[in-house]
Amino acid sequence: MLFYLLRRVLAGILVLFLISLFTFAIFFWLSPDPAVQICGKTCTPERIDQIRSQLGLDLPFLQQYWQFVSGIFVGRTYGEGAGAITCAAPCLGFSFQTNQSVTDMIADRMPVSVTVAVGAAVLWLLAGVGGGLLSAVKQGTGWDRTVMFGALAGISLPNYFVALLLQYVLVVQLQWLPFPHAASFTEDPVAWFQAYLMPWLVLAFGYAAMYSRIVRTNVIDTLGQNFMRTARAKGLDQSLVMRRHALRPSLTPVVTLFGMDFAGLLGGALITETVFGLNGVGKLAADSITKNDQPVIMGVTLLAGLLVVIGNMVVDVAYTGLDPRVRVRSA
Amino acid sequence: MTTVPSELAVETEAKGALPSGGAPTPARRVLHSLRTSPGAIASIVIIVAIALMAILAPVLSAITGWDPYEFDPTAIDSDLGGLPIGPLGGVSAEHWFGVEPGNGRDIFIRVAYGAQVSLLIAVSATLVTTTIGVVLGMIAGYFGGIADQVISRVMDFLMAFPTLIFMIALLSALPAGNRPALLVIVLSIFGWPYTARIIRGQTMSLRNSEFVEAARASGAKPLRIAFREVLPNLRGTIIVLATLAVPGYIGTEAGLSFLGVGVTPPTPSWGQMISTAVGWYAVDPMYFLIPGTFLFLTVFAFTVLGDHLRKALDTGDAA
Amino acid sequence: MSITSAARTISIPVVGAPLLEVEHLSVSFPTSSGPATVVRDASFRVDQGTTLGIVGESGSGKSMTSLAVMGLLPRGGTATGSVRLFGHELLGRTDRELRRIRGDRIAMVFQDPLSSLNPYYTIGVQITEAYRAHRGGSQAAARKVAIEALERVRIADPDRRIDHYPHQFSGGMRQRIMIAMAICLEPDLIICDEPTTALDVTVQAQILDLLADLQRQTGTGMVFITHDLAVVSRVADDVLVMKDGDEVERGTTEQIFTAPRAPYTRALLDALPRIDDPFETLKGVQA
Repeated sequence: MLFYLLRRVLAGILVLFLISLFTFAIFFWLSPDPAVQICGKTCTPERIDQIRSQLGLDLPFLQQYWQFVSGIFVGRTYGEGAGAITCAAPCLGFSFQTNQSVTDMIADRMPVSVTVAVGAAVLWLLAGVGGGLLSAVKQGTGWDRTVMFGALAGISLPNYFVALLLQYVLVVQLQWLPFPHAASFTEDPVAWFQAYLMPWLVLAFGYAAMYSRIVRTNVIDTLGQNFMRTARAKGLDQSLVMRRHALRPSLTPVVTLFGMDFAGLLGGALITETVFGLNGVGKLAADSITKNDQPVIMGVTLLAGLLVVIGNMVVDVAYTGLDPRVRVRSA
Repeated sequence: MTTVPSELAVETEAKGALPSGGAPTPARRVLHSLRTSPGAIASIVIIVAIALMAILAPVLSAITGWDPYEFDPTAIDSDLGGLPIGPLGGVSAEHWFGVEPGNGRDIFIRVAYGAQVSLLIAVSATLVTTTIGVVLGMIAGYFGGIADQVISRVMDFLMAFPTLIFMIALLSALPAGNRPALLVIVLSIFGWPYTARIIRGQTMSLRNSEFVEAARASGAKPLRIAFREVLPNLRGTIIVLATLAVPGYIGTEAGLSFLGVGVTPPTPSWGQMISTAVGWYAVDPMYFLIPGTFLFLTVFAFTVLGDHLRKALDTGDAA
Repeated sequence: MSITSAARTISIPVVGAPLLEVEHLSVSFPTSSGPATVVRDASFRVDQGTTLGIVGESGSGKSMTSLAVMGLLPRGGTATGSVRLFGHELLGRTDRELRRIRGDRIAMVFQDPLSSLNPYYTIGVQITEAYRAHRGGSQAAARKVAIEALERVRIADPDRRIDHYPHQFSGGMRQRIMIAMAICLEPDLIICDEPTTALDVTVQAQILDLLADLQRQTGTGMVFITHDLAVVSRVADDVLVMKDGDEVERGTTEQIFTAPRAPYTRALLDALPRIDDPFETLKGVQA
């Protein structure tokens, strides 16, 4: 078990290393010179050189990459002497736009993204698993067709389109909700709820659609398994057969999916946060992309990678507990 | 003390029919099942209609007299911040789907040209990923060993990637250049493992099937077996995977364009039109409704068709 | 109330009635081109302590016959005719009533033990749940019964093995577990559907011996479904030969093997390998 965990962690580190290397390489070779960008309009060649050397942009690729990586682990110092700026670990550099520390920017935005992800996850699990079960148990009926049509629509509707539709209907036409605006939970819980309700619904709709299709397929598959026949031949009552023998095999694979999706969402719901103006990591990523703010893009990409890798790992470990067949043989 | 199981005679007969591909019967069966399903017919009609609209975009442009970049100041009200004149976002005999607020470009023609871009990118990416996915998946599944190790690790790596954000980072860093081509490349890099994984699994089980073993025993070369025996049996899976890949790429391309890293203005794209419409949604909902509806219909139709094909071909886990 | 009484009355035999009597049983499924009959007019009986072998190729309707007896036909299947346990009619009973009989009075052992056991639960859970569903009682008591049953099917170290998962056993052991599950409630009838088909020849023989021993100890009636005439000759007292849903021939095992009346039975017998005739071993059934 320990060996297995160790192997998983090493594989995760390798993935993160490659992600950071690729992302760094892309910016190094493909992107316009950040020094010019920082310098602005009133710029002299001397000033550009000064910025370059302060940020270490005049160094060769590997050295720059090394500085970046060591900054994450031990922090780094920009420039020398009195004008030097220190950046504590984990240092992801400073925004070209605001000069803020990227680490702080991300940390500030995380709570919003976590709120968005958790709320949406609760909704989509309830709707997706519930809908899928209903559909499978009532296979071929009107219920099944209704849920599956809804799910098909859900996976075909881009979430920004759903977001606009929902906003148009609920805010502009029916006026059930105010225009989205930020609010704190402690100061004004109602406004807070109103601000998050639509993002939750929009995200949950898309995921629930996907999950209900998968759950339905899994349950129908399980119902056709031989062990279901055995369970009925034992004389168990129908609800026990369903609860004990059908549910677990049907839902266990969903755990993998959920772990990955949830981890991905924690790294920011780019589109949803942007459309609803929520200041989460996703919106930070979208904004930094439009402004070509490289250190921020780099930081957000790495965060997303880290979360996906961790999510992957948690899922794998959880799976060994959930499916006895993949349990690592210890004895 | 074993007897000859009497099923054996029947089974070998059934398997024996497989190597020839069994082309006419399954194909006819699939066509029949598609023909008898209203959902499948409707989705084919939608796909054909949108494809025609895309192909005939220049003709439509000539008929309506608008080209996708042409401003029409007479269709918008400059006193109202450039809102389209007339109801439903300026729908009129001249502008069938109304005009864009602010500049008065014809939405119908932009949607038609947007379809061209969307379909071109999605279909190209599908062709590329299907080819790469099938070839690498077959190599990994058929030959196993080191080839399988290498291909599988690369697939694992690509699938563990935070794909969307990385695509965005990549596209934002890349110089403008030929955007549609760049999008196809980026979509393909991250798309092929999903095809390859399933093809690999099916190839592995086909490799051990009796007719492949028979071909091997008769001295056929590996490449010949791969193309003559294995590939024909993957046909159903490939068709289903490709059909379901198209809506995925259409959606991703639209999403990237929506975020401003996809197709760059002034080239029209559905995602980008919806993105511009965000600022106008409260006063001119038609601006996001029209491209959004086309995007939805296209993705929906391809998904329904893919689902039907999967059911008809019964390719199991080709999700 | 009525459910318990139904189960109770069924355990009181109607005087003179055999353990299981099936008369004119037909099973059909609806298809797009009208109903398809998979079993046509099958009749047979099983007495306590005896074994009936049902022989046929796949698709001959032998498995559907057993599922009809259990009331476990796949969705859409309908059975007509008569199935009587100790003289009590089973066809037409509600699922709730049949549930009291399944596992308790009639148990089943299926062909593929790996897929017939739920991979997510220990074998202990899967054996005890059957016991507790019918007899109630504490988990500890059920566990004791389960361990005893495992002992009887000769699983070594049952105290420890009861907490293992199906994938941790070999094919033969899994089938023993299925048998333990079937016998732990001491049913009157055990239906074995190709119980040895998925197993190696040596393991096959062990399982057949085990079943014969258990039958001798308990006097349970048995229905043994197989495509394998050699197996039938070892275990069955009576034989029913089926083909395409029809009864081909019925008689005592001795009668079927020494003086088969139907040409199809003769063809099946000809397909059996014989030590004295090595060239005959590969002759298939030309039906």
